[in-house]
Amino acid sequence: MSEIMTRPIPAPAVSLETKPFFDAAAEGRFTIKRCTACGEAHWYPRAICPYCHSDRTVWEESAGTGAIYTYSVMWRSPSGPYAIGYVTLDEGIAVLTNFVDVAPDGLAIGMRVKVKFQPTEGGPPVPVFAPV
Amino acid sequence: MSIRGKAYVMGAFEHPTRDAPDRTTAQLHAESARGALEDAGLSFDDVDAYFCAGDAPGFGAMSMIDYMGLRNVRHMDTTETGGSSYLVHLNHACQAIAEGKVDVALITLAGRPRNGGGRPGIPGAAAPRDGRLVDGAPEQGFESVYGGSTHNTYGMCAMRHMYEYGTTSEQLAWIKVAASHHAQWNEHAFLKDVVTVEQVVNSRMIADPLHLLDCCVVTDGGGAVVVTSPAVARSLNRPKVRVLGAAEAPKMPMGGRDLDLTTCAAVWTGPKAFAEAGVTPADMKYASIYDSFTITVLMTLEDLGFCKKGEGGKFVADGNLISGVGKLPFNTDGGGLCNNHPTNRGGITKIIETVRQLRGEAHPKVQVPNCDLALAHGTGGSLGVRHGSATVIMEREG
Repeated sequence: MSEIMTRPIPAPAVSLETKPFFDAAAEGRFTIKRCTACGEAHWYPRAICPYCHSDRTVWEESAGTGAIYTYSVMWRSPSGPYAIGYVTLDEGIAVLTNFVDVAPDGLAIGMRVKVKFQPTEGGPPVPVFAPV
Repeated sequence: MSIRGKAYVMGAFEHPTRDAPDRTTAQLHAESARGALEDAGLSFDDVDAYFCAGDAPGFGAMSMIDYMGLRNVRHMDTTETGGSSYLVHLNHACQAIAEGKVDVALITLAGRPRNGGGRPGIPGAAAPRDGRLVDGAPEQGFESVYGGSTHNTYGMCAMRHMYEYGTTSEQLAWIKVAASHHAQWNEHAFLKDVVTVEQVVNSRMIADPLHLLDCCVVTDGGGAVVVTSPAVARSLNRPKVRVLGAAEAPKMPMGGRDLDLTTCAAVWTGPKAFAEAGVTPADMKYASIYDSFTITVLMTLEDLGFCKKGEGGKFVADGNLISGVGKLPFNTDGGGLCNNHPTNRGGITKIIETVRQLRGEAHPKVQVPNCDLALAHGTGGSLGVRHGSATVIMEREG
């Protein structure tokens, strides 16, 4: 199976807390939240730090590079196989995502990947990852 | 036992907002929690019990536990009775404290009806077409868009388990094989045919590395259990199944640091339940283990302590879970893998088959001789994203 995976992605639900993320995404910038009280980055982005519970969280631009922690290719899909998985960003936090620009048998745990943005059906783009 | 004088309300906080155009409902829950904990002089890490009702966005208590990073919760309650829910929660919290299960219970409420955020939407619901902001499950925009289902999120756990411990598809298949050996005797089982390891690993791939026969069945159905006081139990003409110990816990990414998908919440519920019961895994004559997928069983057995971490594959192989053959007969009704998974919730059938075994009322072909001590374990949600677990240990009295 060497077909490159793609998957139509529905519009993400955007909230007050996450609008800055999707606004940046629309400009092609990948951002994460970091707490200035304890210094920890976290994912998914929250207004309040899930580690020290301070509301001194700020948006920070990330290179969006990391390694595949795990993945699974879903074969039962009307739009063709697609891969879901977690990427451990170089900032040390795990991000749930889809993998693109790769064949189903081309993925491996530990593989280096980088973020890119995929258009959605009527919403802002969402981050997906492709092998470097 | 009474709650009289056994519990204290030590923190209380009323959020000052009356109009919150600039905050999400999840944020208001967290701010309220912080206010009440600061009032008490406690921290989020002190909280070991969390209570919320239908105003909490997301998946029961799970989304808010994840959002707030409540790392030490070992008791959850999402009883919903409308506006009175929080007093019901207070009563339930006092009961949990009185019985010594927990020390610090957090109850939260929040909402934004003035800003269109009345009741939270269901997790995974589609985003509004007109680009309006939503105020639902806080994780919503970062998870459901990626096509996560139970199959592929459990698949992610199996993939990582194989990577870390060398677990094989053939070892996972033995779990299904054992279930099918049991299901052949169950006249109600959805799948009654005995299958082989080869049939499992050659069935079509659903979500790598899980094949069709690694997955549970989808069935209609139902079930119920009745729990009584000792006095009522003594008055009834049925074998007495006594509960010796129980524990519950959630597990989720909580910010994404140190993600570990090869361990499930059984690693916390097992030791607590065994300690309360005063028994060990080696004492169990039978186990009902939630089997949404084969990997669910393998990880649960490791984390409950039936074998060392990473050795689940070896433990389940060669028929070790088959009644009359192996050391740990499991899911003798055929389990969710073969018998029944009513409305995609297999927890109650795990209790029911445990009761049958302890009563000596399982099918004679799968009844464990002298089954006087057994365990039931449930896993809900997704091991790959956020899940809640519970372990209950029961014995036959007399």
